[in-house]
Amino acid sequence: MSGHMNLTLKVWRQKNTQASGKFVTYKAENISPDMSFLEMLDVVNESLTRKNEEPIYFDHDCREGICGSCSLYINGHPHGPKRAITTCQLHMRTFSDGETITIEPWRSAAFPVVKDLATDRSAFDRIQQAGGYVSVNTGGVPDANVMPIPKVIADEAFNSATCIGCGACVAACKNASAMLFTSAKITQLGLLPQGQPERYSRVQAMVAQMDAEGFGNCTNTGACEAECPKEITLNNIAFMNNDFFSAKLFREEHAHDQTGGE
Amino acid sequence: MSLDAKIPQGPLAEKWSKHKFNLKLVNPANKRKYDVIVVGTGLAGASAAASLAELGYNVKSFCFQDSPRRAHSIAAQGGINAAKNYQNDGDSVYRLFYDTIKGGDYRAREGNVYRLAEVSVNIIDQCVAQGVPFAREYGGLLDNRSFGGSQVSRTFYARGQTGQQLLLGAYSALNRQIHLGKVKMYTRTEMLDVVVVDGHAKGIVTRNLKTGEIETHAGHAVLLATGGYGNVFYLSTNAIGSNVTAAWRAHKRGAYFANPCYTQIHPTCIPVTGDHQSKLTLMSESLRNDGRVWAPKTVEIAQKLQKKEITASQVKEEDRDYFLERKYPSFGNLVPRDVASRNAKEMSDEGKGVGTTGLAVYLDFAEAIQRLGEDTVRAKYGNLFDMYLQITDENPYKQPMRIYPAVHYTMGGLWVDYNLSTNVPGLYAMGECNFSDHGANRLGASALMQGLSDGYFVIPYTLGDYLATIGPKKVDTSHPAFEQTKQDVIAYNNKLLALKGNKTVVEYHRELGHIMWEYCGMARTEEGLTKAKGMIKELKADFWKNAIVTGENEEVNAALERAGRVADFIELGELMVTDALNRRESCGGHFRLESQTEEGEALRDDDNFAFVSAWEFTGENQEEVLHKEELIFENVKLTQRSYK
Repeated sequence: MSGHMNLTLKVWRQKNTQASGKFVTYKAENISPDMSFLEMLDVVNESLTRKNEEPIYFDHDCREGICGSCSLYINGHPHGPKRAITTCQLHMRTFSDGETITIEPWRSAAFPVVKDLATDRSAFDRIQQAGGYVSVNTGGVPDANVMPIPKVIADEAFNSATCIGCGACVAACKNASAMLFTSAKITQLGLLPQGQPERYSRVQAMVAQMDAEGFGNCTNTGACEAECPKEITLNNIAFMNNDFFSAKLFREEHAHDQTGGE
Repeated sequence: MSLDAKIPQGPLAEKWSKHKFNLKLVNPANKRKYDVIVVGTGLAGASAAASLAELGYNVKSFCFQDSPRRAHSIAAQGGINAAKNYQNDGDSVYRLFYDTIKGGDYRAREGNVYRLAEVSVNIIDQCVAQGVPFAREYGGLLDNRSFGGSQVSRTFYARGQTGQQLLLGAYSALNRQIHLGKVKMYTRTEMLDVVVVDGHAKGIVTRNLKTGEIETHAGHAVLLATGGYGNVFYLSTNAIGSNVTAAWRAHKRGAYFANPCYTQIHPTCIPVTGDHQSKLTLMSESLRNDGRVWAPKTVEIAQKLQKKEITASQVKEEDRDYFLERKYPSFGNLVPRDVASRNAKEMSDEGKGVGTTGLAVYLDFAEAIQRLGEDTVRAKYGNLFDMYLQITDENPYKQPMRIYPAVHYTMGGLWVDYNLSTNVPGLYAMGECNFSDHGANRLGASALMQGLSDGYFVIPYTLGDYLATIGPKKVDTSHPAFEQTKQDVIAYNNKLLALKGNKTVVEYHRELGHIMWEYCGMARTEEGLTKAKGMIKELKADFWKNAIVTGENEEVNAALERAGRVADFIELGELMVTDALNRRESCGGHFRLESQTEEGEALRDDDNFAFVSAWEFTGENQEEVLHKEELIFENVKLTQRSYK
């Protein structure tokens, strides 16, 4: 078919977390511009499999930009060169015939490589577990319309809540900071009335966990915002910092630790 | 074994509350003596795990993804139904119940569906309390929109990402319980078998997807919330990882599989472009609120469009056939999914399809943009329009979207009774992996409702009754049944790993998908299904001879994972075809060409087929045995569905 491309891939291969990795060069041939980037890798993997060679491992699932599984660092950019999309939404028409594409996993001490291009992002889960919730049990809650919430506030909270937890912000940051990710949840719940009772304990607990996981600090470079597939803004980090300082300076509350309590 | 659905006696509206009172309770201090296994962390699994842990049970939660937040519920777009009647437009619990029964083409249980409608209102309250940012109006109250198959606005939504927001709400509740130590979370862990001891489910066997280790886990009950089986068609709107393995392995341990042939083909998906395609992308049904579906009136115009000699905007108004508005004046573009899909297929079959393949119709927003302005349309559907542009390289603000039906949801699943228990005591199924609430066709925005209903508001009650009955005495993993089941799993995996043939597992999967789509898709015939059955048997034999599975067990091995899932899909595919052959009527998503009205609508045969088909596995390569659960309608009169 016309318009099909031949590409050279330099792919990071690493057997497991302990092993040391290296770049291996592959040919991706007869690639349709309508394929997604992951479908291009599928084609490469099919040909590797037919040769009984081990296919390239990468995390992926929904393939429509919402699950946050896919995570490739392509030609120096998380999720590739285009803005506001994930790797699975990146189409090969973005590239040109004959191009060499470098594909790496996320690079961060807090995201150890599982295999090849997949990393362990469980640190993100632990940050959420530290306080990314409103402590309500199932049942016994008031009617949903009891508490009017101004549309602008609800919309702002929604914008923060669209974070997919992919880790592109960490991968993009020279300090491997997770502040955009952490602040998105803190802002979502901090803006809404439901989040107020635990607002200041939440920010302290989540920031403490973020630090414990070994993520770096924010130096306002803005790479995270530029690379975020969901366009989460730096304002979230400002909101988090503001709440964090308020909590430390003016509030009596301590970071909540309910373990074994209640 | 007789199939007792255990629907409570009494008037419809009182069944659930009476039943809740009759269920046994576990004393608060005793709850911590019980361990519950929950497999899957989508809406049903996460909400159940969190709610049960809140009650005091010890929960072990499992997902194959790297995080519980990635379960495919995350991708649901349009919304969630609830009978709140906030819009004062005539909605009620009874109307939601009625719409769902009718939408399902009278193949669901009245009792289950009524309960679903009843608890729908609690779900919205719960989600709002968790901080789910639903869309709101300027006055600060919740906004609603309408969805296919209903004439009221009862759908709550969060832009085009409702599933994401609801799942993150359930995930947050789950996280809280993980933090409190009441839920132990196992990620990158795939369930491969159920352990049955003296007829009761007592645990599972899993594979650690990072190390390959085969592990056993014991519990007083096993709850499956492992999603649907749409990927049997290879191409669907499901995630690549979505699979039937957990449910299928449970089926092979004795759990009946109900109505496997009921699959939903969603009308508004982005059309296929080529063989490389790994999945299909849904365009939310909510688009049909403002988008108008049309095809050219003549084959000549369609051919010009296919060859790109003219563009859609050059087709004159009088040459356009807004076929849904024409055929169904009262519901128009908002007919249920099965009806919309079949009509789009009909247009393409008549040669009036558009796009280079001719397998598409238009979904046009020109009128909506003129009426509402581009900004309003962007605010409502912006992320969907962006997604479309990204995939097709065409701007839907300037030219109509091209859409075509694609496999989206499976109404069939593990047979469960009113308590969500399978016929194997101690083994429960929730959400899409059970069969219970949608009959032969699911209405839009009802999947999220059912998943959360099962997890938040049904299982916390019904499971307690079982646990109270069996008592807290534990069966642990030292029981020989655990070791035996573990060895079975190891032997099966070794058999897969020994396959060093010449055809990849993906090729088998694609082939299976072609067979299913062609013969067990939107239109089915006796002849085609019979042929498909033979083809699948051959495919299965070929798979176990010529497939290639690379690598070994003791490592991350995507090839082995995929091989196990595809092997199960092949077996399920055969059962779906068997079920479709057996059901010699049309209903909802199951359309037998031999059974249609003069106008081409699905023609049911209530005298002979008003039952649930529940299939029993009897051994490898044996025909499954059919059990029937009669459907009894005490409140709703069965009529030919009409959306005119």
